[in-house]
Amino acid sequence: MTQEQILEYLSAIHDPEIPVLNIVEMGIVRSVSFKEHQTVVTITPTYSGCPAMRVIEEEIIATLKEREIENVTLKTEYFPAWTTDMLTATAKEKLQNYGIAPPRHIVQNELVQITLPQKITCPYCLSEKTKLKSAFSSTSCKALYFCENCIQPFEHFKEI
Amino acid sequence: MGNSALDLLGQSSAFYKFAAEIEQQNHTEDDFIYFRDEMHYKNIKLVELPKGDFAFTIARQFFFSQYSILFFELMQKSSNTTIAGISSKALKEVTYHLRHSKQWMLRLGDGTEESHLRLQNAVNELWNFTGEMFYTDATENLLTENKIIPPLDLIQSLWKEQIEDCFSAATILLPHNGFQHSGGRIGKHTEHLGYLLSELQILARSYPDAKW
Repeated sequence: MTQEQILEYLSAIHDPEIPVLNIVEMGIVRSVSFKEHQTVVTITPTYSGCPAMRVIEEEIIATLKEREIENVTLKTEYFPAWTTDMLTATAKEKLQNYGIAPPRHIVQNELVQITLPQKITCPYCLSEKTKLKSAFSSTSCKALYFCENCIQPFEHFKEI
Repeated sequence: MGNSALDLLGQSSAFYKFAAEIEQQNHTEDDFIYFRDEMHYKNIKLVELPKGDFAFTIARQFFFSQYSILFFELMQKSSNTTIAGISSKALKEVTYHLRHSKQWMLRLGDGTEESHLRLQNAVNELWNFTGEMFYTDATENLLTENKIIPPLDLIQSLWKEQIEDCFSAATILLPHNGFQHSGGRIGKHTEHLGYLLSELQILARSYPDAKW
């Protein structure tokens, strides 16, 4: 069993709140290593209180068990803190096609700004005539925007 | 508010997990949370006060988030790598908590006569609870000496500056420095904590084996 194989198995697990992305391309799975007879999977939370993390941990154990990998240890690592920049380019494209405006690349110190960026491109019609409606949407990690060009609401995966 | 609360739960959970790990008594984070009584909780009184009206909730959140930012900014340089890691994560979250409450501070303070009045009242009422954020005792001093936590007096002056900046933009007057509450950090709380804990702990204490 190699690290690549395990990562491939884990790629079948999707984020329950953003089902279009798997936990490897999200950057949640940080590494796989072997220690004596243990398989150590190191993960990092996207948000400290993300309710999906518990489900994801259970699914990692269950998925590997199906492949007859029994001795699995999960390690949570906080540093370096997860950022939306850890989403792969493919992941961002998938989000866009799914109807969620992907996070933009983080410009240094932008986090300290008091207002959210107003100009987010609509994932449906690519118009920039969009307005922030709520800083929090169906989940903490997304904001709700409205596109005035195609007259429909959409979500934006916020940069953190 | 719910989203911010969720982050705070996550941050506490990470710290309690780490506490259980270094304590080495086979405790889990849940033991600390569900099976400790009021006197063993060492939180500041500010965070146990009833939510009040919206202005009160926002002002409290604003005081707390502004403190948290300064605190975690320094604590991400802690000599303990786990604490540094959790802090660097928490810092990102409290930054948008502050963004949220600060926007409301400006809106309410510089809004209508009613919203201004309510915010000023809330600030006046909460002010006496903010001093406790900078309380230190022998334990804190020892942790500071070992560079595990930052020196709180350093944060205090920065905090006050930031608060004054926001107050002046929100046309809110700085309350006079008078009596300051204390006691929370040594386990002497307001009556409100008991009610909060009973609601939080009833299930775990009635059914200790309950599983999600």
